[in-house]
Amino acid sequence: MSQTFLGMPHAPAGVGHLHGDRPFPDAARDALANTQLRRNLGHATATIRAKRASVVGELDDWEELRLAGEALKAYTMAHLDRLLPQLEAAVTARGGVVHWARDATEANQIVVDLVRATGTDEVVKVKSMATAEIGLNEALAAAGIAAVETDLAELIVQLGHDEPSHILVPAIHRNRAEIREIFLREMPGVDPELTDEPRRLAMAARAHLRAKFLTTKVAISGANFGIAETGTITVVESEGNGRMCLTLPDTLITVMGIEKVVPTWTDLEVFLQLLPRSSTGERMNPYTSTWTGVTPGDGPQTFHLVLVDNGRTAVLADPAGRSALHCIRCSACLNVCPVYERAGGHAYGSVYPGPIGAVLTPQLTGAATSLPYASSLCGACFDACPVRIDIPSMLVHLRSTQPHPATERAAFEAVAWTMASAGRFRLGERLLRLGRLIARRGRIRRLPPPLSAWTDTRDLPAPPQQTFRDWWSAR
Amino acid sequence: MSARDDILARIHAANTGIAAPPVPRDYRRTGTHAPGDAELLELFTDRLVDYKATVVPCTPATLAATLADICRDWTVVVPAGSASSVPGAVVDDGLSYAQLDALDAVLTGCAAACAETGTIALDAGPDQGRRAVTLIPDRHICVVRADQVVHTVPELLARLDPTRPLTFISGPSATSDIELHRVEGVHGPRTLIVVLVTLSGGLRRRA
Repeated sequence: MSQTFLGMPHAPAGVGHLHGDRPFPDAARDALANTQLRRNLGHATATIRAKRASVVGELDDWEELRLAGEALKAYTMAHLDRLLPQLEAAVTARGGVVHWARDATEANQIVVDLVRATGTDEVVKVKSMATAEIGLNEALAAAGIAAVETDLAELIVQLGHDEPSHILVPAIHRNRAEIREIFLREMPGVDPELTDEPRRLAMAARAHLRAKFLTTKVAISGANFGIAETGTITVVESEGNGRMCLTLPDTLITVMGIEKVVPTWTDLEVFLQLLPRSSTGERMNPYTSTWTGVTPGDGPQTFHLVLVDNGRTAVLADPAGRSALHCIRCSACLNVCPVYERAGGHAYGSVYPGPIGAVLTPQLTGAATSLPYASSLCGACFDACPVRIDIPSMLVHLRSTQPHPATERAAFEAVAWTMASAGRFRLGERLLRLGRLIARRGRIRRLPPPLSAWTDTRDLPAPPQQTFRDWWSAR
Repeated sequence: MSARDDILARIHAANTGIAAPPVPRDYRRTGTHAPGDAELLELFTDRLVDYKATVVPCTPATLAATLADICRDWTVVVPAGSASSVPGAVVDDGLSYAQLDALDAVLTGCAAACAETGTIALDAGPDQGRRAVTLIPDRHICVVRADQVVHTVPELLARLDPTRPLTFISGPSATSDIELHRVEGVHGPRTLIVVLVTLSGGLRRRA
């Protein structure tokens, strides 16, 4: 992969949250041993799967919407070098300022400089995958600027000095009792009688953030969609923390991945149906805000849009992998994935966990990783994806680009050599029958090294007494 | 080379030889019910109630009395260009956030509404006011006329001007962040009351 697309830089290491510090199998092994985590995840993903299935079933044109979404994304990627300047021109014409960032380091510097120029040392934030990806909070902290996360789950993660583990619900790995503990420990002035009832916990967050919303001068958001035709930016949310940040401060800084552009206002009708039903299992999320540049007398009077590449053009350059950029961050693929449900999001070592993360992360970073193997290739993610990203095929494609262990390579070369000749294949079949000698009750439980790498985690069925060819010739 | 030129050049190189197929639009773009149709209003009401909004039907003749009854215990703010009001209402002439925070409720109209998703769209028009007014008070009473209610999302977007600041509201503020269990009422207004004005007033009050 890297040779073909030399000159298309990936997301740099050492900044942001794409490069995990442990291989997936190691991190997953620890996660699997955490029974509380598995219980929390199993409960949450089962709940959301049922809700999604119910609201998707209400629409008899769901498949037509998916097909339109898929084609719209393919169209957008093919015309990105026209649509982005169109978006820039429209935002600028309405009083916004557009910035371009090649990577996370540049994007962080742009935002830090913009915040510094306002003279403030505290910003409120709307939950945003792009800013988590580039590690903006850490960059702001290094510059002496406090970033207050206002989404309830992000607040739980931030107060718990924790890492997000899900695209939509970053605190999905925490249950109500753990959240209560975190609030009691970390939230200044919290009611010591706080119970673990979800409503009481949500009210505690409301009280905690209310004054911040009414007084903070600068807000930072991501963007779900940026409409090239009109320059309209869209944020989809539930709690109203988004509306607070997008409406009340004087200055709004929006960080948007370059793939989030949508050609026309009309095209939004497809995504506003696909996204809420796929993500929270709602017909429509409680609040969607759209704004175009600056509106005199209403909302922030200074608006900056930061367009970020950070490895996206490297993804675009791989014909077999570029549709990973079609992702609208609904997280439906996480919720249906048997691997995600058991291992949880932290094991993936990236802000993008689950099936989409297993394809997007290695492509954005260009680094060697075991992530494409973090899947059973069952195909549930493709069925759930609202824009029909063929994640299983991309996982197979990415596996072929990753380095393989020497033993595995030697084994497959031997298989290829054997299968290339009918005589060798016949001999090989006979030799395989020797495996019956080490089988017990029809299973082989342990092979000698290096083949033990296979039998450490699963049994092999004993080879049959008679091969198909023997049976056929004796028939 | 500027970052802008660099990124556009990268995209151009990555897209060499790429062509996108046409976009199929075989999904529903118009509903089966005309705006304001009685069945549509039933659907709209169902959807709103499902997401814990309260729906109060009335006719143009009973609107003023209905609003006065709903707001009788509250200090209400109305936008400067509001078509409806209630006794004792405060008109927003540029109130501070702290002043808005001290009020009990906001009373507005809307730009359009979508029955299938139970969504109300605000476009900061004269009877809706700037966005802060519909955000900070804890209760939002929204007057929706029957002819403003369309069936589908595409019909809703077609009625709106994207250059205006838009807010799409589907029920009161909510979160699913604790165990994916839905809780209504976080930062936005915790109470949403939709006053649905029909010529016949034939719907039931629902909450």
